[in-house]
Amino acid sequence: MKLKPIAVLAALFTAAGAYAQDSNTLAIDGETFVTETAAPAHMENVDTIYSGWRFRSTETQALELDDFDNPAFVFVDLGLDLWDQVDGSEGKSCSSCHENVEDFAGLRAQLPRVENGELVDLEDLINECRTERMGAEPWKWSGGDMTAMTAVIGLQSRGMPMNVKIDGEAAPFWEMGKELYYTPVGQLDMACSNCHKDNYGVMIRADHLSQGQTNGFPTYRLKNAKLNSIHGRFKGCMRNIRAKPFKEGGPEFKTLELYLASQGQGLSVETPSVRN
Amino acid sequence: MKHTAALAIIAAIYASMAAAETVKPTDVAFENGAVKVSLTGQPGDPSAGRAVFANRKQGNCLACHVNTNLSEESFHGEVGPPMDGVADRWSETELRAIVSNSKLIFEDTIMPGFYVDSGYERPLDKFAGKSILTAQQVEDVVAYLMTLKEE
Ligand code: HEC
Ligand code: HEC
Ligand code: HEC
Repeated sequence: MKLKPIAVLAALFTAAGAYAQDSNTLAIDGETFVTETAAPAHMENVDTIYSGWRFRSTETQALELDDFDNPAFVFVDLGLDLWDQVDGSEGKSCSSCHENVEDFAGLRAQLPRVENGELVDLEDLINECRTERMGAEPWKWSGGDMTAMTAVIGLQSRGMPMNVKIDGEAAPFWEMGKELYYTPVGQLDMACSNCHKDNYGVMIRADHLSQGQTNGFPTYRLKNAKLNSIHGRFKGCMRNIRAKPFKEGGPEFKTLELYLASQGQGLSVETPSVRN
Repeated sequence: MKHTAALAIIAAIYASMAAAETVKPTDVAFENGAVKVSLTGQPGDPSAGRAVFANRKQGNCLACHVNTNLSEESFHGEVGPPMDGVADRWSETELRAIVSNSKLIFEDTIMPGFYVDSGYERPLDKFAGKSILTAQQVEDVVAYLMTLKEE
């Protein structure tokens, strides 16, 4: 049942994209999501922000409308198993200490955030519990265990508006992320802004360019049939322009993530979303 | 025997002459938005240029430009203007400049400079110090673009 969508994969790749974002409405389980809203004041030359969902083909969009069709939920189930699984020298599972995963509601919408002078991501918080509290090995940033867990925790914030802090202690990190966003890199000498700010809404070969929003992560991609982390996606975009990617979990990608999250303020968290 | 040796020497001389005639990326002379001399001293091959235009690992020009002449290829990008009739709008020497280093012709353009081997940051190791296209590929693409006439 949940694997059925994969059969339509071939058809999806040949479906031509529409010009600009479409006007479809995303509703899951009767709840309507904000996929379009006024751009935050700090954004220059962009009036409206859109979820990446609005740039996908109707077939890809449909996979996100129902959790039974959404292939990402196979991995959510896997994450729920991990939640109860004892690991490490302390003989504990996540559920030994955290009574309900629902208690993480709202967390995903506010990350990354500054803690003790450092920018912290959901992956850091999870690995901190693993290494400091469970006596377990840290998970790989974009590994299957980690993305399954970030999907489970992110899902608790689904429908809530993205709302990261960018002032105060966060300001210097945000500035650094902004700088990276506009810096051309790679043999193709392009910046994130060239594609996701200056050209969203147009086709780049077979791909319909979106604003590169992060509200749907981790995303299930039809291309690799697994969950993809935010930093994993950044890496892919950098490699496509023949640039040496920054390190997953490193300061560059974290600040870039903060900057992108701040461009999506007000969009609903869609975790776990479906993209091509 | 002697004959073949002599031929080999002549071939070697030709090869070194051809190499000497190839203009290095940093030596391309841009003048009023044009590059007057061929980068290789050899004429471009339009059919090779057509392949480079479409190839995702080479020009991948189709990623950004619609081109009716390549209608057999699916997925033409829309980031830049269509290539139909481009030879009516630009001369050969201007097209050589645009393909070699578009950044010197169109300010802040997203279009990559295809014959540029330095000045970009953080390239993947295997591309460091290299241009996207070779001098001959640039000439081939220019020769191909010159065939795209509407008038
Ligand atoms: C030994 C007890 C313990 C275990 C086991 C444990 N945690 Fe934690 N976790 C904590 C404590 C204590 C905190 C800090 C609580 C706070 O700051 O509110 C925390 C914080 C967190 C946070 C950040 C919450 C926030 O709002 O800032 C996340 C996310 C988290 N844990 C996930 C996990 C996951 C996933 C696992 C299993 C892989 C796990 N934890 C295992 C005790 C534990
Ligand atoms: C050559 C154009 C190009 C550049 C440059 C580029 N990207 Fe992308 N990016 C794409 C394409 C194509 C996609 C897939 C379609 C889409 O959502 O735009 C994508 C997707 C994304 C997504 C996923 C959006 C979603 O809804 O799931 C994010 C996030 C992203 N890019 C971030 C970045 C960042 C950060 C940079 C700079 C380091 C960058 N991109 C540079 C072309 C580009
Ligand atoms: C990432 C997108 C991109 C790629 C790849 C690209 N271009 Fe362009 N190209 C553009 C844009 C955008 C313009 C418009 C100039 C500007 O930026 O103002 C342009 C302009 C041009 C023009 C001038 C067209 C006119 O009618 O004014 C030519 C010729 C051209 N490109 C040829 C090529 C060729 C040949 C290739 C491949 C070797 C290529 N381009 C690859 C984006 C691209």
